[in-house]
Amino acid sequence: MPVWTWTGLKAGKAATRWPQRGPDGQEGVLGMPRWDPAACRSDCNTCAAACPTGAITVANGTAVVDYGRCIVCQRCVEDCPEGAMTSSYDWAFGVRRREDLIWTAALDGPEGQQVGKRVARSLRRSLHIRHVDAGSCNGCESEISALDNPFYNLHRLGIFFTPSPRFADLLMVTGPVTAPMREPLLATWEAMPEPRLVLATGTCAVSGAPMDGGYAGGHGLNELLPVDVWLPGCPPNPAALIHALLLLLERMPQQVQGGHYGAG
Amino acid sequence: MSAAMTYNDCERRQISAAELTAVATDCIAAGMRFQMAWHDWEEGVCVVRYLISQGNRVPFLLLELRTDETLPSLAAVVPLLGWYEREMQDLGGLHFTGHPEPYPLVIHEGFSLPRPALGREGPEGHLSGAYAPPTMPEVRGDQVQDLYWGPIRADVVETGEFHFSYIGEAILHYHPRLFFKHRGMEARFAGQRAEAAVFLAERVSGVGSVGHALAYCQAVESAWSIEVPARAQLLRVILAELERLYNHFHYFGLLAKTTTLKVGSATGFLLEERVKQVAAQLTGSRFLRSLLTVGGLRRDLQAEHLASVLENIIDEGEAYLTRLHQTASHLDRLMGTGILSKEAAFDQGATGPVARASGLDRDLRRDHPYAAYSHLRFNVPVREKGDAMARSEVRADSLREAIALLMQASGRLKAGPVRAEYTVPQGQQEGLGWTETPRGSLYYSVRIRDGRLERVKIKSPSFSNWRVFPLTVHGTNMMDYAINEASFGLTIAGCDR
Ligand code: SF4
Ligand code: SF4
Repeated sequence: MPVWTWTGLKAGKAATRWPQRGPDGQEGVLGMPRWDPAACRSDCNTCAAACPTGAITVANGTAVVDYGRCIVCQRCVEDCPEGAMTSSYDWAFGVRRREDLIWTAALDGPEGQQVGKRVARSLRRSLHIRHVDAGSCNGCESEISALDNPFYNLHRLGIFFTPSPRFADLLMVTGPVTAPMREPLLATWEAMPEPRLVLATGTCAVSGAPMDGGYAGGHGLNELLPVDVWLPGCPPNPAALIHALLLLLERMPQQVQGGHYGAG
Repeated sequence: MSAAMTYNDCERRQISAAELTAVATDCIAAGMRFQMAWHDWEEGVCVVRYLISQGNRVPFLLLELRTDETLPSLAAVVPLLGWYEREMQDLGGLHFTGHPEPYPLVIHEGFSLPRPALGREGPEGHLSGAYAPPTMPEVRGDQVQDLYWGPIRADVVETGEFHFSYIGEAILHYHPRLFFKHRGMEARFAGQRAEAAVFLAERVSGVGSVGHALAYCQAVESAWSIEVPARAQLLRVILAELERLYNHFHYFGLLAKTTTLKVGSATGFLLEERVKQVAAQLTGSRFLRSLLTVGGLRRDLQAEHLASVLENIIDEGEAYLTRLHQTASHLDRLMGTGILSKEAAFDQGATGPVARASGLDRDLRRDHPYAAYSHLRFNVPVREKGDAMARSEVRADSLREAIALLMQASGRLKAGPVRAEYTVPQGQQEGLGWTETPRGSLYYSVRIRDGRLERVKIKSPSFSNWRVFPLTVHGTNMMDYAINEASFGLTIAGCDR
């Protein structure tokens, strides 16, 4: 079928080499809002009231932002009267410790690299992923599937999806973990050989937001599985997914520490 | 009952349980089509509503039945209602007498709640339980084999459990068990301020973010009599058709993958990616989220230059579709695969490209126009054969129509406001909203009191088409299954909610 071969060659040129070089493909994609405490007024509660997921709380006159609950809806940016919340392109939000998604005024030194170091040695060559949909809206699946398209071409990084948990190094979980998915999810994890890694993929899997609180939505992977990287985003875009995977493999640095972007 | 309850311009008819079957039989005899059924509570009284289309550009008929929790099943007269009744049974605690398949649907065997989630007193507690096999007809025979596939399947796909009874390659019986992903979305809306709940609609089905948000907004706008400005109406069409474009390219990528046409698959997925990148540059979101709002759009979009931005994608997309439809090895696998007859499509509730490929000429954009569709020209592609080939042809033509709509809508944009001013009314209002999504008809019904949502019902296209799909699997062979499934273009999140 010569006509398809020709198309294939053209598509080959479409591939990006990012993160080595080339575009990440996310031009214009809005990320988590940036918070500027200096511009923030202590007597104001507007952003917390606007946030539909409870990502922002105000206690003792200061706001606390938990990016693990953020769905990137930009409502806080629209509503803040002081411009303390601004839109950003900060989407590479994968972190090793859940606490790093919570804004803290004082950064407490270098973040924990141990988990990454431990796995990095055994996995430096390649990574095999078993994906489990534990109740997603399918937005996350759409972006995970995109990793295999010719633009991102995940294989070039030595990362592959595998149908069998027995050959998987990494469990990639989406969704808040609905009740009927608890058992199958845990069974999949049990079936994986050690050392096994877990990536909480998307805000749902990180915290359950915005599905938690109902009769059927879960609370994400917290207290369910030992998570190695937490990646909020709704959904995390393909480049954010690649960043989180390379973070797991210690091939890219963490961007976020104590909720501060670019601090890693 | 109060004058403030609007429900658009539906023709409303109160009926009694005793009349129900006769009225439904008359509707069917008159060629009308049931769209959905749902229940609600009014001061402790159960109300069941049936939404029916009476014909193009004719208001919907809304049958309203005030009843106790037990009423006759219509599934024998209107087969497509079978699932709606089972959902009301599982979530509302209603009971339908004479239902041919009165088994659990949404809440699985083995799982329960302290009381019905959408029952008289509302939800309490959390869904809990342990896996138990689904209730299914028993298929017996010497060489019959059983295969359970799922809920976690190969590849990056949505969760569902699929049961096959087969002999050799021949499938005798096929039973999809969905709703593993049920998140109780309808209940999540309750209590929210109606103008602030769009974010939830956007997360019912991610690849249908625009369709869901738009149907939701239109339902609230109808309840509150809000006129959306002209520029916002055109921009809404642009968002909806961009969503159709990337979904349809994805559809062809996946279909080609199942026929093992590797480059054809990669090309479809690459075109999908490029549309998503355009979407992000235009709106800040690859899924076109965080833009729609009650009254219009949250902010203006500079979509005037869309034609030039999309130029290469359009050319390559057309060349791609042409090549696909000239590739004999691909087409051979589609022809005659998974045939859905026109009668079955109508009776069982098929919608969207699936229905149109079986000869049902229906499209909400034309038949019950919303946004700016009544000002734009487009064709509704229809085929008769009802096989995977016909479904693929309808998708291809519908992709071309989406491009034509994008060109027209962006060319007609004129400066103006994108958001209507309104005040949130007190008291109770109700409204319906609908969209023709890439997968078919989507409906939202909302009831609001003092600005807060009390009941939201969502009818997603995949809920309809999953009901239909098994009919095309029984009696076919295992080799064709994946192709047939891809040719339906189903999602699970929207169905499960
Ligand atoms: S952008 Fe994030 S923090 Fe801001 S309102 Fe939305 S969910 Fe809350
Ligand atoms: S994180 Fe967002 S995109 Fe991902 S499954 Fe949850 S709601 Fe959908």
